[in-house]
Amino acid sequence: MGIFGSLIKKEAIHIVRDKRTMFITLLMPLFLLILFGFAISTEVKNIKIVTIVDKHTDMSRDIEQKLAVNEYFTYLGQAAPGDVERLLRTGEIDAALFIRTDGDKLDTQIIVDASNTTSAKTSTGYIQGVLSGSSQSQPPILTQTLYNPQMKSAYNFVPGIMGMIFILICAIMTSVSIVREKENGTMDLLLVSPTKPGTIILGKLIPYFILSCIILAIMLLIAYTVLELPLSASVFNVIILSLIYITLSLSIGLLVSTIVNTQLNALIVSAVMFMVPIIMFSGMIFPIDNMPRILQCITTIIPARWYISAMRKLMIQQLPFGYIIRETVILGSMTIVLLGLAITKFKNSR
Amino acid sequence: MNSVVKIKNLSHKYGSTVALDDISLEVERGELFGIIGPDGAGKSTLYRILATLLNPDKGEVYVAGLNALTDYKKIRTKIGYMPERFSLYQDLTVNENLNFYASLFGVSIKENYDLIAPVFGQLERFPNRRAGALSGGMKQKLALSCALIHRPEVLLLDEPTTGVDAVSRSEFWDMLSQLRKSGITILVSTSYMDEATQCERIAMINKGKILDTNTPVNLVDNLNENLYCAAANNMFGLLNRLRRTSGVRNCYTFGATLHVVADTSFDPDQVSAQLTADGLKNVKIYRTKGDIEDLFIKLTRDE
Amino acid sequence: MNNQKKVISVKDLTKKFGSFTAVDHISFDVMEGEIFGFLGANGAGKTTAMRMLCGLSFPTSGSGTVAGFDITTDAEDIKRNIGYMSQKFSLYSDLTVIQNLRLFSTIYGMSDKEFKSASENLFKELEMEDMRNTLVGEIPVGWRQKLAFATATIHNPKVVFLDEPTGGVDPVTRRRFWELIYQASSKGMTIFVTTHYLDEAEYCNRVSIMVDGKISALDNPTALKEKYHATTMDEVFRIVAKQAKREE
Repeated sequence: MGIFGSLIKKEAIHIVRDKRTMFITLLMPLFLLILFGFAISTEVKNIKIVTIVDKHTDMSRDIEQKLAVNEYFTYLGQAAPGDVERLLRTGEIDAALFIRTDGDKLDTQIIVDASNTTSAKTSTGYIQGVLSGSSQSQPPILTQTLYNPQMKSAYNFVPGIMGMIFILICAIMTSVSIVREKENGTMDLLLVSPTKPGTIILGKLIPYFILSCIILAIMLLIAYTVLELPLSASVFNVIILSLIYITLSLSIGLLVSTIVNTQLNALIVSAVMFMVPIIMFSGMIFPIDNMPRILQCITTIIPARWYISAMRKLMIQQLPFGYIIRETVILGSMTIVLLGLAITKFKNSR
Repeated sequence: MNSVVKIKNLSHKYGSTVALDDISLEVERGELFGIIGPDGAGKSTLYRILATLLNPDKGEVYVAGLNALTDYKKIRTKIGYMPERFSLYQDLTVNENLNFYASLFGVSIKENYDLIAPVFGQLERFPNRRAGALSGGMKQKLALSCALIHRPEVLLLDEPTTGVDAVSRSEFWDMLSQLRKSGITILVSTSYMDEATQCERIAMINKGKILDTNTPVNLVDNLNENLYCAAANNMFGLLNRLRRTSGVRNCYTFGATLHVVADTSFDPDQVSAQLTADGLKNVKIYRTKGDIEDLFIKLTRDE
Repeated sequence: MNNQKKVISVKDLTKKFGSFTAVDHISFDVMEGEIFGFLGANGAGKTTAMRMLCGLSFPTSGSGTVAGFDITTDAEDIKRNIGYMSQKFSLYSDLTVIQNLRLFSTIYGMSDKEFKSASENLFKELEMEDMRNTLVGEIPVGWRQKLAFATATIHNPKVVFLDEPTGGVDPVTRRRFWELIYQASSKGMTIFVTTHYLDEAEYCNRVSIMVDGKISALDNPTALKEKYHATTMDEVFRIVAKQAKREE
């Protein structure tokens, strides 16, 4: 076996023998996907609602009927106007709908508990939908949700979680494993051997690249089966883009390892400098369009932002490759710059 | 040129801390050369420069006839380096470690087995034990085997015996003298002064400076001090009294006795009579020959 | 020495890790003010034994008292009444001299007033008055060692455990350190010390040598040298330690 082969074999032994880390590495993606896919949901269901009706007409009964049969609402019947505030405060209801009949026209008012703005906005939308469907004087407003017709939040989170996991595993694991060798002094021995620094780096990166590919396979499998993302030809593009992103994350790990000298520092730098911005600024949770200008500028330097945005286009919108050229070019250039920087820094550590 | 390691006016600083201060040194082919000095003397910096891991600020360094600054790639195939810390993969087994280092240098264990046999022999009983589970002495032997596996011309051992018990230490030195027979040049550093006598020549180093370079015998011969051994029933009391005695330049513990560095005016019989009168019992003062440790104490005091 | 107080008393102390007996029925006493050298090859069980004596590890069987407290039931009292210094860790190098001292004195429950007088004396004794506000990382090794010893004994413990306190230290500093030990012992403090420097074993009142988890030799240096027909403790150690049979 050549130098390269034994470097990789050695690294593989490190990974496999550290059972606890390997267990976490392989289980965490599973756990996060399933957690976000099922438990944490931004969909609003079972909105508890009452109506306050001044005069019973066919139109008001029609609305009540629709609320009662709609799966998003739990219709609790009619309430007296004076009780509404108390009911909202105690949490017995989430929303109240005032219906006043003025001749043959309906006058409606929605009162909603907005302590959770996301669910308030969604419930208002739902109620408006019900109202528009029943109003006879106005034509109904038709809303068609494209790409994610059931508005399943799992769809939205899959790209985000993938963007996070790869940074976590590639950047943290590579940087920690290289710095561990610095701490133990084995890096010195590798360096004083005739092995080229480039070979040492590749011997470090490739095992983690393979590990990341395994994780990618696991995540895609879950996304397309358990979470029922629509399977299409875009899977190929998803894989290509993910491989670029994995390489980028490995370069970040390598770069971190050239800067810090202890495993603890490697962990902190990787976690604080990369995890936090990903969660905050990648659009994974908070929509970028809602951010102030200056923060929007900051998001452009965060690789995960581009990855997540492209993955949404590919996985959810099912768009062809042509629509993600910008993201691919940006991620590709970032990879080249970071990898180049990391290798130069590593070689010049003498 | 017959010197395998040649250092000329080498200096190195870390920020404002001077680690090495104008060091010059030559080591002959096949020599067992000792670098003796306490922690922080600059030994490890010197080793990192010789191992081509660190570029010196000033001065010239040649290893195996090659310039450490320009030919460091070639040097790396000719040296075996064993850093101060235990630098093997703790989660790899004995055999996996050895195989790994052999493949780094593109050699097979078989072709060089004769060289490592005296060291590795005792490890053969547990080829599948993880390196992390070996005892201190065994770890040492594995590390040495790994450093030797590519048959280097120069072996750089940085404090191989620190934290190792006396029995394992002397075993280790026995192995080194065996290795020397195969013609390998060995540079070994230590903070144990008593190990100096095992080397052919030594350099004493302290605070980044070489105090003296010579054979251990010549060094001690050059000591040129009026040295006495002293003992009594109460050693601490004896030490305190002798220090206050006129004619005593220095007095320090030395194993079971004290060593007294004295002026020519010092009269051992008179002093021991005086001490006995002071209440000490079994007072004995007699002339003695110093060793490396006395020399080190003298040299650091003279600074 | 028989009428003296026993500060450490151990009987049949044993520690097993699975099927491996690290410490195998060791028994010994250490008297007040004694300098007790605790020697043994790497892996002979020294560290395990020392951890039990310091109340850091629970014995599998056997009993013992340290500073008058039972090592199985009063571990917390033991910790308050002993000092501990090791070569590996002794002081925080990013704190100043006085901050280090203050920290450890607080850990051992000294009041501000007690600390003030204790530290004034210490600085005078160690001739370190002008270094009190220097970062520990910046002072020379020799001074750092003195300070580490002072810190370990700031609460005036009955016994102080020194785990290879002089490893890698130059001969001059090593000797200064042993003079500190002598001084502390002459004031009645008991010293329990491990070392790999066998010339230092000669300075001890009594020395024990552990081999394969058992105490193979225990006496004063002169008697040990006579018994093994050796001229130095170094020779004694080699003779005794070579009896080891334990598989690596």
